[in-house]
Amino acid sequence: MRVPASRVTTLAAALRTAPRPSIDGWTAAATAIAVLVALPLATIVYRAFDPADDTWSHLAATVLPIYVSNTLWLLLGVGIGVVVIGASTAWLVTMYRFPGRRILSWALLLPLAVPGYVLAFVVTDQLEYAGAVQGALREAFGWTSPRDYWFPEIRSLGGAIVVLSLVLYPYVYLLARAAFVEQCFCVFEASRTLGRGPVRTFFRVALPMARPGIAVGAALALMETLNEFGTVDFFAVPTFTAGIFDVWLNMDSPAGASQLAVALVAFTLALLAVERRARRRGRVHATTTRVRGLPDHPLSRGAGAAAFAWCALPVLLGFVLPAGVLAGYAIEFHEAALGREYLAFAANSLRLAAAAAVLTAALGLVLAYGVRLSPRPGMRGMAEAATVGYAVPGAVLAVGLLYPFGALDNAVDAASRTLFGFSTGLLLSGTAAGLVLGYSARFMSLGYRTLDAGLERVTPSLDGASRTLGSGPGATLRRIHLPLIRPSLLVAVLLVFVDTMKELPLTLLMRPFDFETLATFVYQLASDELLEECALGALTIVAAGVLPVALLSRTITRSRPGHGPRRGR
Amino acid sequence: MMIDTLVPSGFPHGRVRTRAAAGSRAGQIPVPRLRGKLLPAALALAALLPALSTAPAAAAEVNLYSYRQPFLIEPILAKFTEETGVEVNVVFAKKGMIDKIRAAGDNNPADAVLTVDVGRLDGLEKAGLLEPVQSSVLEANVPAHLRHPAGLWFGLTTRARVVYAHRDRVASDEIRNTADLAHPRFRGRVCSRSGKHGYNVAFFAAFIAHHGEAAAEEWLRGVKANLARKPQGNDRAQAKAIYEGVCDVALANTYYMGKMATNEEKPEQQDWAKAVRVRFLDQEGGPGQHVNISGAGVIEGAKNRGEAVRLVEFLSGDVAQAMYASSNFEYPVKPGVAVDPFVESLGRFRADTLSLSEIARHRKAASRLVDRVRFDEGPEG
Repeated sequence: MRVPASRVTTLAAALRTAPRPSIDGWTAAATAIAVLVALPLATIVYRAFDPADDTWSHLAATVLPIYVSNTLWLLLGVGIGVVVIGASTAWLVTMYRFPGRRILSWALLLPLAVPGYVLAFVVTDQLEYAGAVQGALREAFGWTSPRDYWFPEIRSLGGAIVVLSLVLYPYVYLLARAAFVEQCFCVFEASRTLGRGPVRTFFRVALPMARPGIAVGAALALMETLNEFGTVDFFAVPTFTAGIFDVWLNMDSPAGASQLAVALVAFTLALLAVERRARRRGRVHATTTRVRGLPDHPLSRGAGAAAFAWCALPVLLGFVLPAGVLAGYAIEFHEAALGREYLAFAANSLRLAAAAAVLTAALGLVLAYGVRLSPRPGMRGMAEAATVGYAVPGAVLAVGLLYPFGALDNAVDAASRTLFGFSTGLLLSGTAAGLVLGYSARFMSLGYRTLDAGLERVTPSLDGASRTLGSGPGATLRRIHLPLIRPSLLVAVLLVFVDTMKELPLTLLMRPFDFETLATFVYQLASDELLEECALGALTIVAAGVLPVALLSRTITRSRPGHGPRRGR
Repeated sequence: MMIDTLVPSGFPHGRVRTRAAAGSRAGQIPVPRLRGKLLPAALALAALLPALSTAPAAAAEVNLYSYRQPFLIEPILAKFTEETGVEVNVVFAKKGMIDKIRAAGDNNPADAVLTVDVGRLDGLEKAGLLEPVQSSVLEANVPAHLRHPAGLWFGLTTRARVVYAHRDRVASDEIRNTADLAHPRFRGRVCSRSGKHGYNVAFFAAFIAHHGEAAAEEWLRGVKANLARKPQGNDRAQAKAIYEGVCDVALANTYYMGKMATNEEKPEQQDWAKAVRVRFLDQEGGPGQHVNISGAGVIEGAKNRGEAVRLVEFLSGDVAQAMYASSNFEYPVKPGVAVDPFVESLGRFRADTLSLSEIARHRKAASRLVDRVRFDEGPEG
């Protein structure tokens, strides 16, 4: 990052007049956060080196190739799926006027609120042999057994690709739309003037310009795909993550599981590196700062209907279908659902999600601000390292945290016993506090990246001015940055909130005694094929995600130049 | 800023009783609300709270990790509390229990583990987390082959892993032994849960224990070749697939028959149960029908060891055994306790009496065998 000369001098001046070198405090805080998040990874690497364990050679000779190929096909399929759905719908709702566009522009985000495993349950429920779809087909054609006709296998790699694409494309949609909205319409006009049609303009001009955003969105979706467990488990697709669970829990080999996990993390880092290179290479700048309202091309009747259908389909399949089916079951089985302490579980989920969202956003802010104050490569590298938790399977992360937390708890406990004569017990690993910290480690990527992007838009000369006028870094953050990046802060809080509500494996492992959340409750019943009885819980997870998603959409619309906080440039 | 969820709710003060005893507040965290600007300060404060409230833990209690489903054991645990006055705190969890106990070290709160599948007990044993129990009550109630020789774990119920066969499409002499599942006449007629599932691994381990690894590999390859589809779903899903006509035979546990046949909420499951017949395996000449257990063990260094042993003894006694039998259609381990009438209607059988501890020794080989033959890839894999 190049620092403008003016900024160096003003900062230097500020530093000279500053009462004490408090920058170090921020750096230290950011370092501490990075360490917290790197802790589980270090544990996993440490555990991977167990020489007594020969699991790896067994895996390599048998199922490892299957894990790898399934994972790669899944990534490829979901990658194509989310980019095609996300980018095309974002383009249509940004550039064209057609019936239903206003609603669709935010409704397209709704599938984000649906956990993959919930959609998997619903899709299977509807499409399997006994489900509504095949039942109707049999009725219509007079078939009586599965041997009379062919129907695609739902529980398969293909099924997993479709389901995951449908719940993950909103990441691409979100960021592609933001990118399209921020682009200057004049380049599209220029393209059209130079004889390109609308389709070629999309592929030759708009898409390359939006590439960084699409790449980030696709990277987020692919990371979620990599650590996905509920869906692939239910669909019996042995991916890398499913393999980790098998080796760890069925083969009692934590070392083997750690080795797989290390390989997975290495792969993720490679993926992130590719994404960053794509972003750097694809950096395209607008040549003008003139911004106008977007064009809103009206579409002809046929084209409008087609655009509507194309944009409505993912919403229909990814949201309306699961929500509708769940609502039907929830009404039919409401007594069974409410009887199972539904309210207590819902309260647990909401409180955990709120705590995790606030904490993660706060820590992400400290991290991002620490990087801003001390933009050395080492500092940024550490911040990046703190975001890897997002790609690590939740269960692996949980085990990586349980050990250091347990050690810390026991150390504190021992000290307290000797010094004060009472036991503190398991302060972190036995309580919801540990769980919330786990969520933070897991979702730091969302908090940090969102706030880093937000801070980047604030011109550094504001920092300089504030510091010159005598405010320390803390006061500058509070009085200058916070008001300016409030939308980013909101986005960070909301994203973490929604993801925490849906989070499953980490919650299963780190929750305290007799502590259920909606997600654990739903998964327990649904994986036992009791979808109906947990429909209300699943619906609540979805509903809790809808409001944040709607707010999110409003935030992007407002970020359009001239409508919201201006980009500092 | 809401931080009340950050406040620890571990055993010391967040006492949660079994639901029957405590009404509907289980799972909530009873803590005061705090408001503060500085998160670290609030966290530190929160961390101190439980320490202040640890003192009054007078009532006898026992902390239980359970793999078993809540609805099944809650009535039994409530009965235990009623009879002994000992409160039972329980966490229902499946994954990562071993790591959780290990990571907690000396402060591990769990006193006992309740689980299904000998494999999980074996895993706990291998991790060195169980402590031997010498109890004349348990030795009298639990037959020797259903408990660990040194008293590390005890079987509490058994479940036979039998063949579900379609009532019309499978002739009565078509399947008598485990080996028949690999016979070419079943080509395209076999359904299976994942080969890596604990129930199947134990079943394959028993096969290895009796016939050796080479024979087991040949047999499992034969079964794989007979599969009608990629292994998937749980045991009930296999019955459903037979009902639907996807396949004719599948391995499954006996108690699912009872659960399906009596399911009022989902009457369609009664149709699945009606479509299949239970076939006990290896009755004539063979080693006898393979059974697995649900069981319990006391954790190494348990703080409430006395109560934990008492609980396991209670679970092996007449009252709990009868409750197990009637609530989940399993077979009680205690000789003389009656089985449920529905289970009785499935017929009597001769069970394999090879020690489960011996069978568990072959789990690793069995699990690797499943990988080696690529069982979960299905017929084409």
